[in-house]
Amino acid sequence: MQSSSRVSSSAASRRGSRRSVAANWLDRQAPYVFVLPAVLLILGFSIFPLVTSAYLSLMRFALGEGGYELKFVGMRNYVRLFSGSQQFHFVGVFRPPGVISIAVMAAAALAIGWWLVRYLRGGQRSVIGGIGRLIAAASLLAVVWLAANTTGDGGALGSLMVTLFYVVFGVALQFLLGLGLAYLCTLPLKGGRFFRILFFLPLMVTPVGIAYMFRMMADTAVGPLAPLWAWLGLGQIAWAADPWLARIVVVIGDTWQWVPFMFLVLLAALEGTSRDQIEAAQLDGASSWRIFRDVIWPSIAPVAASAVLIRLIEAFKVVDLPNVLTNGGPGIATESMTLHAFIEWRTLNLGSASAVAYMLFFVSTIACVSFFQLVVRRARGRQS
Amino acid sequence: MKCIKRASVAVAFAVAGFMAAGHALAAGEFQGVTVNVMTFVGPQIAEPLQRRAPEFEKLTGAKINILTVPFSDLYQKLLTDWASGTNSVNAAVFAPQWMVDYTKGGFLEDLSARVARDPALQEDDVMPFFRDFSQRFNGKTYLIALDGDFQMVYYRTDILKQLGKQPPKTWDEYLDIAKAANGKVFGGDGKPVAGSCISKKRNAQAYWAIISIAGGYIQSKGTAQGAFFDPRDFKPLVNNDAFKAALNVYKQSTQYGPPNEINLDVGDTRSAFISGHCALTLDWGDIGVLAIDPKQSKVIDKVGAVMLPGSTKVLNRDTGKLVACDKNTCPYAVDGVNHAPFAAFGGWSGGINAKASPKVKDAAYAFLSYMSQPAQANVDVTIGATGFNPYRRSQFTDMSIWKKSGMSDAAAASYLGAIKASLQSPNMVIDLRIPQNQRYEQVVLDTAVARFLAGELDADATMKAIQTGWDEITDDAGKDAQLKAYKASIGAH
Repeated sequence: MQSSSRVSSSAASRRGSRRSVAANWLDRQAPYVFVLPAVLLILGFSIFPLVTSAYLSLMRFALGEGGYELKFVGMRNYVRLFSGSQQFHFVGVFRPPGVISIAVMAAAALAIGWWLVRYLRGGQRSVIGGIGRLIAAASLLAVVWLAANTTGDGGALGSLMVTLFYVVFGVALQFLLGLGLAYLCTLPLKGGRFFRILFFLPLMVTPVGIAYMFRMMADTAVGPLAPLWAWLGLGQIAWAADPWLARIVVVIGDTWQWVPFMFLVLLAALEGTSRDQIEAAQLDGASSWRIFRDVIWPSIAPVAASAVLIRLIEAFKVVDLPNVLTNGGPGIATESMTLHAFIEWRTLNLGSASAVAYMLFFVSTIACVSFFQLVVRRARGRQS
Repeated sequence: MKCIKRASVAVAFAVAGFMAAGHALAAGEFQGVTVNVMTFVGPQIAEPLQRRAPEFEKLTGAKINILTVPFSDLYQKLLTDWASGTNSVNAAVFAPQWMVDYTKGGFLEDLSARVARDPALQEDDVMPFFRDFSQRFNGKTYLIALDGDFQMVYYRTDILKQLGKQPPKTWDEYLDIAKAANGKVFGGDGKPVAGSCISKKRNAQAYWAIISIAGGYIQSKGTAQGAFFDPRDFKPLVNNDAFKAALNVYKQSTQYGPPNEINLDVGDTRSAFISGHCALTLDWGDIGVLAIDPKQSKVIDKVGAVMLPGSTKVLNRDTGKLVACDKNTCPYAVDGVNHAPFAAFGGWSGGINAKASPKVKDAAYAFLSYMSQPAQANVDVTIGATGFNPYRRSQFTDMSIWKKSGMSDAAAASYLGAIKASLQSPNMVIDLRIPQNQRYEQVVLDTAVARFLAGELDADATMKAIQTGWDEITDDAGKDAQLKAYKASIGAH
């Protein structure tokens, strides 16, 4: 009897311990189980379109009887972008390189080579860092080579270079103007509060609205500013017919909208700068420029770098302004990669649209990751 | 026996009466039914639909929602909605050329039976060309025509008189007038006029203009000869001296155009012309009626219209060179000039989603039929803002409707005369109506010509770009099938 009760109690304890093992295991899994629905949802919304568009970029979409059909075409949609019928559209029209082009390419190669050598000789080198820098260097060299061979007479930029032009010049302009305005607003000037609100307003306007507004304002013949243009002697200027003028108008519109973002972020950073350090520098007799360079800039650099990164990611996707302002014209001169993909998509050329979208994904990822690793982290590191 | 006869006659009358009554609009017939109709933002085309929708609702109870999207998005929006099974669009008013792609997917309702038993529509009154091109495909009626489209040249009668010139018969004469008028002041608001205003904006409705110019150089032996492809071997007719001549005319006209002409949409050039700032323009029928609108027009009774100018030299398809017109090369020439009027676009037409519910289909059909019935259509074509141009016989014969709209006899004769001459021409160019025509024209042709105007490409490179792009689409779609569809569309054997 005793033995049987001992047996049953040990069996019960084994069962109990087994239950507790199971319960413990479940306890350990609980966080994953709770998070799983959210993860699946996010995967569904972000990874699924990514995978689907990768699949579509290898296909040819065609309408068939009662529906549609997809035919596998391999890398044909990508090949078309680089060397086929869409080469002019994506990478541009090449011209024989001139002396300036060769000089620019050589200077870029030397500078990038020196930068890589300096890294390899430095004490902080790593395999991952080296590979990352090699990718960044190769991409930069490719961009310089493309710019040198497609800019100028006989050449034409494709949507890749036009996008990079919007990104590099637009973001740089927005950063400089935003920083300047933010700095002005930190000075004890009259009406500072009014200007803070005024500078912020363009961010609230929808990009398409801004594009229409700029289209009307830039109409030198019948727009609301036509008398002003005529008075300035610019009444007959055909900005929409000149590729560079048209691109600059797009950059101006984009800048008008996005300066407030830079202004807002940089103003917050500037106001967070230690007053004690500035006052100490002033007492030491430092000039305004020295104070800005050695006290203010190091303090706002991490925020500034992050703000530029956010703008970079956004700027790669520019589509509304060129679409409304010029419909991508003259020719294809103002067409960004997103607009290029959109135009392909609009004609149900889904494979080609996905291929362009994927190229945008690669280019923006390389640019933004490189910027993060080489600029943002360094700025943060310097501060810490 | 008599009784049976009488009874059968009575039954026949009753059935006929029922059939007729079935399509006369009954008050409250579609109470509670909502129809979503998609078209482009306009304001033209959307305007008459939006204006007449409440009228129609009062008559039948059906609520008609007019959804609008930019022209360049319309083709794809409709396809996406229908192909993905969303089916939020029950009916649409769009370019009849797209019918080819839409019927292939089985998205459009066959309206043949409905049209056959709809006396109020007065189908016989619709001009045969529009019945065939805008309404039917493969022998079935899928669309209801609401508009008739031809491109023509409009000129300012007062300016030509002052310059001592005649309306242009050839493109050389067109350029000559444009050059003479450009930059000069001819009264009005005292501003200098542009010699020629042609909408050249990319991704808009500009790409038909180059075909309008090229037609007279390329096609001379009748419609079945084709102006886009050679029906013998489906070789694109875009890489030869004829197309090059057209490209040069197109580019030269830009020299006499307003600044930023290559960024002007049709709405912009129309407004420039009717506000008195252009001597010549190339456009659809809209200008004729916009020019008599007292609210907008500064050129009332100062506008004349002619069929598209032509050429005294035409393409030899074997050599790719231009040869002089004679009886053999230009059998339809008038005074030695070969004209090839271009039925660009065909005319806005309405179709119904095959997947809509039966009641919605009935209401949608009733609305489209209502829009096209002479009582409405013969008023709408005389209003500039509608964008609808004449397409019914009665609109050409009943001059009272034009008089009522404020058009003078001379203006009406010139305007309707130009359309009629285009419509009756045996050498009319029919717009491309083969699978993927939108890609051939709206993507490849439009992009290449835009790059040419922007100076990115010279004429030879432009022609090569169009040919390569078209060949690529043909390879994708299958050359034999495309050739067969093309031959059927132009009536070639």
